[in-house]
Amino acid sequence: MHELSVVESMVAIVLKHAELNRASSVKKINLVLGEVSTIMEEPVRFYFEIISKGTVAEGAELFFRRTPLMAECVTCGEQFKVIDYDLTCPRCKSNESKIISGREFRVESIEIE
Amino acid sequence: MEVEVLEGIFDANEIIAAENRRILDEHGIFMMNIMSSPGAGKTSVILSTLEGISKEFSCAVIEGDIAGKVDSERIAKTGVPAIQINTGGSCHLEAKQINTALKKLLLDGLDVVIVENVGNLVCPAEFKLGEDLKVMILSVAEGHDKPHKYPLMFSESSVLLVNKIDMIPLTNFDMAQLKETVTRMNPKIKIFEISCRTKEGIAEWLDFIKDVINEKKKSENNPTESTG
Repeated sequence: MHELSVVESMVAIVLKHAELNRASSVKKINLVLGEVSTIMEEPVRFYFEIISKGTVAEGAELFFRRTPLMAECVTCGEQFKVIDYDLTCPRCKSNESKIISGREFRVESIEIE
Repeated sequence: MEVEVLEGIFDANEIIAAENRRILDEHGIFMMNIMSSPGAGKTSVILSTLEGISKEFSCAVIEGDIAGKVDSERIAKTGVPAIQINTGGSCHLEAKQINTALKKLLLDGLDVVIVENVGNLVCPAEFKLGEDLKVMILSVAEGHDKPHKYPLMFSESSVLLVNKIDMIPLTNFDMAQLKETVTRMNPKIKIFEISCRTKEGIAEWLDFIKDVINEKKKSENNPTESTG
């Protein structure tokens, strides 16, 4: 059930942009999904099929680009790939880092006709 | 034709979360979001917390459950107003449900709203509600290895309450190991070891939470802009 409301938001975004661009149909939806997001591809596809039915987005292909979990060290500015959720900076060993990618789920672009 | 969109799918929830936060700030109300797996002791922690702070602060509770109103009835017995949200199968609370619940509460004169999220160590971490503080509970019987399996919850929470510490002698639970793992994921997290049954450690938790609530009350006229 987790993905249902999320896919509703996703479809609303797609339909808004389809309408803004007077699309007659949406062929492809390019999504960015972070490695550690709790959203799963399969249920997104499942709910998308149901929710998009009867809209211009019906039948659109979903493409997921997965982004790795990345952090930036607040102390030395090093950007690094986070492994096992360990936020210790590999360069200066500071533990003051902030996550900069890997949690996102967004609509990057849509291909329309 | 390809059209650039660049819109976050959680944005809709986050806009409502920010609106909730604005409403709470306007009234100087502190809101905490309590998250854990089922049975870790969310309702017991809330009852212990209310017992410790409800003389000083006017409190209300928003209860999120898939079904039923067992928890809100337990809270209502204490005389604290409780609103039950049934998510009807959904595994987490969203900002919109909190927005509706806030409209049912008498906000004038209220100091604290405690939200009990749906029992789940996964998705509640992903949805901002407009809270000032995210508190998670891990109970001893769940094991010290849980941060490895549910990293998002441990990295998103500002406070970890390790509950049921009176059970430690019956288990292989390794507190030092837990603290080391959690601190590596989330260096700023505050960890309290508590038992709602024996009341051990509850006083330290209450001291902390009272300070945080008072800080919010002090800044009543200077609302913060951040959410989450």
